[in-house]
Amino acid sequence: MATNEVVLSVQNLSVEFSTDDGVLKAVDNLSYDLTAGETLGIVGESGSGKSVSSMAILGLLPKSAKISGDVLFRGQSILGRPESELRAFRGNKIAMVFQDALASLNPVMTIGKQITEAIEVHDDKISAVQARERVVELLDIVGIPEPGRRVDQYPHEFSGGMRQRAMIAMSIANEPDVLIADEPTTALDVTIQAQVMEVFERIQERTSSSLLLITHDLGVIAGVADRVMVMYAGRQVEVGSVDDVFYRTGHPYAQGLLASLPRVDGNTPGRRLHRIKGQPPSLVFLPPGCAFNPRCPYAKPGTCDVARPEMHSVGFAHASACHFADELITKEVAL
Amino acid sequence: MTAELQEAIAVGSDETALIQGTSPVARTQWQLFRRRFFRHRLAMLGLVLLIILVVCCFGAKWIAPYKNVSDLLADPAPPSKKHLFGVDLVGRDYLTTCLYAGQISLKIGLFVSVISTVVGTITGAIAGYFGKVSEQILMRFTDLFLLLPALAVLAIALKKFGNSDTTIILVLAGLGWMGIARIVRGQVLALKEKEFVEAARAIGCSHTRIILRHIIPNLVGPIMVNASLSVAAAIIAESTLSYLGFGVQAPKTSWGKLLADGKETIATKAYLLYFPGLLIILVTLAVNFLGDGLRDATDPQAKH
Repeated sequence: MATNEVVLSVQNLSVEFSTDDGVLKAVDNLSYDLTAGETLGIVGESGSGKSVSSMAILGLLPKSAKISGDVLFRGQSILGRPESELRAFRGNKIAMVFQDALASLNPVMTIGKQITEAIEVHDDKISAVQARERVVELLDIVGIPEPGRRVDQYPHEFSGGMRQRAMIAMSIANEPDVLIADEPTTALDVTIQAQVMEVFERIQERTSSSLLLITHDLGVIAGVADRVMVMYAGRQVEVGSVDDVFYRTGHPYAQGLLASLPRVDGNTPGRRLHRIKGQPPSLVFLPPGCAFNPRCPYAKPGTCDVARPEMHSVGFAHASACHFADELITKEVAL
Repeated sequence: MTAELQEAIAVGSDETALIQGTSPVARTQWQLFRRRFFRHRLAMLGLVLLIILVVCCFGAKWIAPYKNVSDLLADPAPPSKKHLFGVDLVGRDYLTTCLYAGQISLKIGLFVSVISTVVGTITGAIAGYFGKVSEQILMRFTDLFLLLPALAVLAIALKKFGNSDTTIILVLAGLGWMGIARIVRGQVLALKEKEFVEAARAIGCSHTRIILRHIIPNLVGPIMVNASLSVAAAIIAESTLSYLGFGVQAPKTSWGKLLADGKETIATKAYLLYFPGLLIILVTLAVNFLGDGLRDATDPQAKH
């Protein structure tokens, strides 16, 4: 399904905030391409720059953020454009699904009106009747029962899963080329998570839009993503296909994330879940060398705490930012 | 039929509705609003009171028991069956006088409330939403207006521009919008950080649209309450002005002016003070009840 046409290209994106303690680098030199119809999963723990980088794409960060690099949408640069020009892209070409659907829906507006608004702001010629029909159709697409009745209800009358579906309906109202889903299933229970992810898959089949899936749930990634990007402390540390990252892991942080997943086929009952020791580093005072070295089980003094490893290819379309990526992949170092 | 039996039948009919598979019918926004509003007892009381007062005052021509002219032969008299509110110093039926006076008081109250609410809401919303320079300018401007000694400014303005109803309304509105501006600004500061505002930006809404369609509708409650309070405040402010002799001028009259005139004879003819005072209190209560009901009714998250 995925063609090779690059829809969204993020190039050397950096986002800095100035704080009282110094400059906080929320995103550091991030680059990736998203091709048409592709699903790219971005994983990382809280504060790794996943959300900030996606907000930067749409220009939704506060003005205090210092953003550098470039974001190209179908070859056109959209970073740093004035608000009035960005509006034409937001929700129309690039749409976003937020994490907390209840907070992201206006409590005093009906679901129908809010979705209608997403259509209206990009198409002022559409009639009220047409818009309503389209909204009902959208609610039907995302699997809301009785859409004709639900359309007039308020967010608080929807269940959590339905709210998230309504948010998705709103984001796909203009059939955007790129959907950015920022932890779309984090606030939902597991069965609803699966249903919501199914909705994304159905939508991608219909509209062949690309999906940027930001999550810390590796299970979700394994289910739907084509490629995975692992982020740590504002930088990407590993990029590759799902199989590459899951089975030929080239970065100890990614390995740690995978090892910390509870497994149904776990061999030793009663064993504690693996955890990555230590805390994520402060983005203002990053450790020298590899940002992960203080927590890394393989860290070699003299190498890892001195030189910062750059992203380098470790296989076909598989890159890692670890000095010992090749050894990790060939399992020459043991966990 | 016993009560229990009736109840059983009522429950039974509910069940048949369910059995027939009729899903509960969603009420529209407007239906819900009406339902909540009409169930609000105090609000209904306020509404009925206000309607009665408005109809009686503005229909005084047809409703008032006597003509609104003085009868120099009639003596001032306390309330009686013939003259419910008594007769005033120039021989007018005081009920009639009070009704005509109410026209001006109510007009001033309503217009001042509408104008100051609109001005205050716009100022507060812009200052709160855009922040920075616009906020500094607008809020310092608001502070400046708050600093003005209201009565002195009113007196000077009315002397300068004349005592027409329009001038009184504009001046009172000009001195009454700061409270609502501050309230709205404070609420907008909190609201603009909400995720749904960010979500609205993410679908491409302009700032104007966000303010008008997302932020202000969330403030309907406080704005309504404030608007209803300001009706009362304006009527009282007008009364104060008239009492001091700056407001409505003879031969026109308002409740405040009646109070002012009545103070001369407080020792002997106290009823000339009681009735206009009572009417001011009634209107104030009525609009406050109404505002309360409107706030409750416009909250979509209310339970019933």
